[in-house]
Amino acid sequence: MSSDVDYRLSQLDTLEAESIHIMREVAAEFERPALMFSGGKDSIVMLRLAEKAFHPARIPFPVLHIDTGHNFPETLEFRDRRVAELEVRLLIASVQEAIDAGRSVEQKGRFASRNQLQTRSLLDAVEEHRFDALFGGARRDEEKARAKERVFSFRDEFGQWDPKNQRPELWSLYNTRLHRGENIRVFPLSNWTELDVWDYISAEQLEVPSIYFAHRRTVFERDGILLSDGPFVSRGEHEMLFTETVRYRTVGDMSCTGAVVSAASTVAEIIVEVAGARITERGATRADDRASEAAMEDRKKEGYF
Amino acid sequence: MLRFATAGSVDDGKSTLIGRLLLDTKALFEDQLEAVERTSRERGDDYTDLALLTDGLRAEREQGITIDVAYRYFATPRRKFVIADTPGHIQYTRNMVTGASTADLALVLVDARKGLVEQSRRHAFLATLLRVPHLVLCVNKMDLVDFDPAHYESVRQEFTAFATKLDISDLTFIPISALNGDNVVTRSENTPWYDGPSLLHHLENVHVASDRNLVDVRFPVQYVIRPQSKAARDYRGYAGQIAGGVLKPGDDVLVLPSGLTSRIASIEIAGKEVHEAYAPMSVTLRLSDDVDISRGDMICRPHNAATVAQDLQAMMCWMTDQPLKRGDRLVIKHTTRTARVVVKELLYRLDVNTLHRDETADQLGLNEIGRVGLRVTQPVFCDEYRRNRTTGGFILIDEGTNRTVGAGMIVSAG
Repeated sequence: MSSDVDYRLSQLDTLEAESIHIMREVAAEFERPALMFSGGKDSIVMLRLAEKAFHPARIPFPVLHIDTGHNFPETLEFRDRRVAELEVRLLIASVQEAIDAGRSVEQKGRFASRNQLQTRSLLDAVEEHRFDALFGGARRDEEKARAKERVFSFRDEFGQWDPKNQRPELWSLYNTRLHRGENIRVFPLSNWTELDVWDYISAEQLEVPSIYFAHRRTVFERDGILLSDGPFVSRGEHEMLFTETVRYRTVGDMSCTGAVVSAASTVAEIIVEVAGARITERGATRADDRASEAAMEDRKKEGYF
Repeated sequence: MLRFATAGSVDDGKSTLIGRLLLDTKALFEDQLEAVERTSRERGDDYTDLALLTDGLRAEREQGITIDVAYRYFATPRRKFVIADTPGHIQYTRNMVTGASTADLALVLVDARKGLVEQSRRHAFLATLLRVPHLVLCVNKMDLVDFDPAHYESVRQEFTAFATKLDISDLTFIPISALNGDNVVTRSENTPWYDGPSLLHHLENVHVASDRNLVDVRFPVQYVIRPQSKAARDYRGYAGQIAGGVLKPGDDVLVLPSGLTSRIASIEIAGKEVHEAYAPMSVTLRLSDDVDISRGDMICRPHNAATVAQDLQAMMCWMTDQPLKRGDRLVIKHTTRTARVVVKELLYRLDVNTLHRDETADQLGLNEIGRVGLRVTQPVFCDEYRRNRTTGGFILIDEGTNRTVGAGMIVSAG
């Protein structure tokens, strides 16, 4: 924490204080919270904030990974190491298991993705573990539906979001009351931007998976997005492979997360790149958001993060 | 970081102004602009409708209205900004109140051709009710009145006269053209008679740190940290976000409601000791005595404690269809304390357009504002809202539906 004589908090310190307040509020008022961890940069920051909020005690809730089975291998290895360091409990909700058990049906065709199936596995996990609050790493600057979402976002017993009927949220007073079966998604990074996240990673010297940094990769182009070639992607015959120096701005399901051309190989270089970026993070990299103008809103209504 | 709230409709140029700020500070991304241009084109609009940038929900886009608060972010080398963009129509008063509750500054737009309208007065009133410390009145569309200073002057005088009825601490007037960018980011050559700053310059430089209460120490205990591990067996820390004052190790403290006193042994942020702490820092306090403290308690200074009260008088903004009436029983959440309340009396309902007080009113409907007397089942530790927005504000929750139904600002307690 840095301060000067007139008691001004820096931007990162202000954001950190707000996020820690949110996490403690959840720990105090809910019985069965969990933190959703994808191995991406936002969830890495969230995990660090949780560590700071309860220090020297352990984080008082488990970490939940919705595993699409289409992970970048680097992120799984990273997840397991970080969870062991923090001595937190890791729960995995597997999309593959849901498919094998017949609860989910794999999409077919060239544009198949397990993004939608994540929702099913998430809702199953909520029911199985009776979670009443789930931390997500979503930020309001990411997407226009998210810009309208509360920090404490109420979900009904079907996990659905009703954007027209949100609870008013005043000051930093959060209404945490629920009926049985309902739950609340909590977004402690609501007011952070992509640049804040990288500035925090730099300030806290947090480790992030290597795919965030520039590397050579075999890719092909689809709708202006560079997708990695691999076993989870079905490539059309006109989609030619080539090698490019790229990095990932978001880490999600391999089948729908695109890479961007970049030479940024350090956190400092990424910060320079993000500060000058002319395209949003999801716009540059997420095929799933391009499905329609309100793709995110529709998915959230169904129970997505 | 500056949080500011804007309110209004498409007509007064609010969306154009936000679009202009985002464009000129490079906070608007190419794919966002392209998406908006595409949607505008497909709908057959004559021009690119920048309102589509903030109207993110399907229903808003379909109906061309803003329903809920949208948060937008941009930054300049000097400061980061969070815009709470709220709908201006009276039926969305509760959303406006929500956006204003955390704002450091409120921006009210007035059309230079029309002068003050009902809506501009209401926005200014709500901003002052919520104690938003800085108010900026932008006299927009100056290009349509040929940058005539007389138009600006008349709006300015009319508003200044109205403002005497309000409790405004800092009021700034800026003549702008959001469409052409005059006085938005840089000073305009079209207004040589105006010697104030551009809007962005004002937003970058307005002093917000002094708005926090740094005098009265208020620390609502949020969470007690007691590690169940061998390494930190005897550790006991009181975690929370400072609501007022400056705390230092060695300071004497008084704990409410117990009335016990102790001394601050250390102030920690994730194990690192700091030599002083102030609002809005989230810290962990350790005390030199083993006193019984739990969530909902309040740590203050011995000769400057919060008011301990069960009877509250408050300005109430009602947020649900079912009206508020005398005798209603509800749940109150105030700082980190939750209790039950009963509505003892409705003193008056306020007309937010004329500021007329209707003392004959017997209920508060959706989006109505009035002064109420409440009785809480157990004491709360509070201050007048005008002294401290955190210890003076509260929400009311309906126990049956679990909805947040009211926002209250304490006027007096005792």
